[in-house]
Amino acid sequence: MSKARKTPFYEKHLALDGKIVDYHEWLLPVQYPKGLVEEVRDTRKRATLFDVSHMGEIMVEGKDAELYMQKLVTNDITGMKDGAVIYSPVCYPDGGVVDDILIYRINSESYFLVVNAANTDKDYAWFKDNLSGAVKLNNRSPDYAQLALQGPNSEAILQPLTAEPLSKMNYYQFSKDVAVAGVNCLVSRTGYTGEDGFEIYCFNNDAPNLFDGLWESGKKHDLNPAGLGARDVLRLEAAMPLYGHELSNEITPLNAGLDRFVALGKDVPFNGQEALKQQKQNGLKHRLYGLEMLERGMPREGYPVQAAGSEIGWVSSGSFSPTLDKFIAMALLDPQVADSIKEVEIMIRNRPYRAQFTKLPFYRRKK
Amino acid sequence: MKYKVIEGLRYTKKHEWARQEGGVAIVGLCDYAQDKLGEIVFVELPDVGAVVEAGKSVAVVESVKAVADLYSPLSGTVTEINEVLLDQPETINQDPYGEGWVYKVEMADEAELGNLMDKAAYEEFIIKEEEE
Repeated sequence: MSKARKTPFYEKHLALDGKIVDYHEWLLPVQYPKGLVEEVRDTRKRATLFDVSHMGEIMVEGKDAELYMQKLVTNDITGMKDGAVIYSPVCYPDGGVVDDILIYRINSESYFLVVNAANTDKDYAWFKDNLSGAVKLNNRSPDYAQLALQGPNSEAILQPLTAEPLSKMNYYQFSKDVAVAGVNCLVSRTGYTGEDGFEIYCFNNDAPNLFDGLWESGKKHDLNPAGLGARDVLRLEAAMPLYGHELSNEITPLNAGLDRFVALGKDVPFNGQEALKQQKQNGLKHRLYGLEMLERGMPREGYPVQAAGSEIGWVSSGSFSPTLDKFIAMALLDPQVADSIKEVEIMIRNRPYRAQFTKLPFYRRKK
Repeated sequence: MKYKVIEGLRYTKKHEWARQEGGVAIVGLCDYAQDKLGEIVFVELPDVGAVVEAGKSVAVVESVKAVADLYSPLSGTVTEINEVLLDQPETINQDPYGEGWVYKVEMADEAELGNLMDKAAYEEFIIKEEEE
């Protein structure tokens, strides 16, 4: 645990008896005493608070920022309004994925990018390699703390702490320089759980005050803390990809079924454009599918998937789903086989367990 | 002691327990192990009649985050399995030394019980493991 860093909420996790683990060199709670399963249920029914300060933040600024972003990412960012957020993969020229990120448009000359913790340094180096025009990059990751407030009670918890009219903030919108519990924050209506909720960024020094404010307000609305374990299950239920599982330098956004975040027809050439066009034309060797177990058994990442005794792919993420009370998995499978069958076998400790195809996402919240 | 340890049981370094009842021993997972694993969502049990060897994997216990083998504390033949665990694996979390027992084994050699730790020795072992 030598290199692992603490977030500004570390003492809060200890006070709440969080079970601390080393996650990509960050000391973060994997769960609290209520346990992962209850934390998932709390998020779906009430509200939970996650420390996601490990996420990286990179500022892109300058006259040519919009064009630079348009060339960097696969999604089309030209239609974005100020105060909008979009999700996008970032590809290498061969179509492999550098990272998947959130892009916050402050204005056409200023973007705030949120990247995966483990990829922050790699991303920053890649973004620099691709610099063109009047653009300045700034890795602000060391300065920012972030909390994710997730679940149906989120707005009721956050609203009393701020003058910002949250009911007017739609999904994937944000406001910056918002005072929350007296702390200057950037607040977006986003999350990685499939629930309504907010992600709130502030400077490290202010982080404990932000936490205390939310915690106090949350007392009236059944707010509980939740850890990385619940976060991973929640995102799987919502079929949100996780870098290293559904995306990697070998798994393209098209493999992961993220076609709607890849604007192949953009008029500006972007990294990966030609390779992804080719891949689409040639047909995919693997595509992402949803599976649910027909027999009790825990599907885990890397387990082989078979059809009639032949291997057709592997599990990219799998878990018990507390929300559905089922064992579920996302798997990267050969579409030529997968599209013509209803069931597969997942190999668990060299024994086949039956699973059937199911639509993604496994869980969708009622609006 | 944060973890429950019971007088009269025998314990392994892999955190299994055994309770002798005549020539048969009841085997389960210790409180320490279930706490480390978190909510158990799946248990793979041995077949009745299976011949098991002390120190060898005989069952698999899984939480969302982890897979753990259960190593048999004793050699012998499995006479009964706790089928409740197939549908309610969380019983191990709720009552690791009681309703959450895993299987019963007819001991091939009762002297093997002597290789296992008693309550005091096991408690000392946990404390050391926690310090690491």
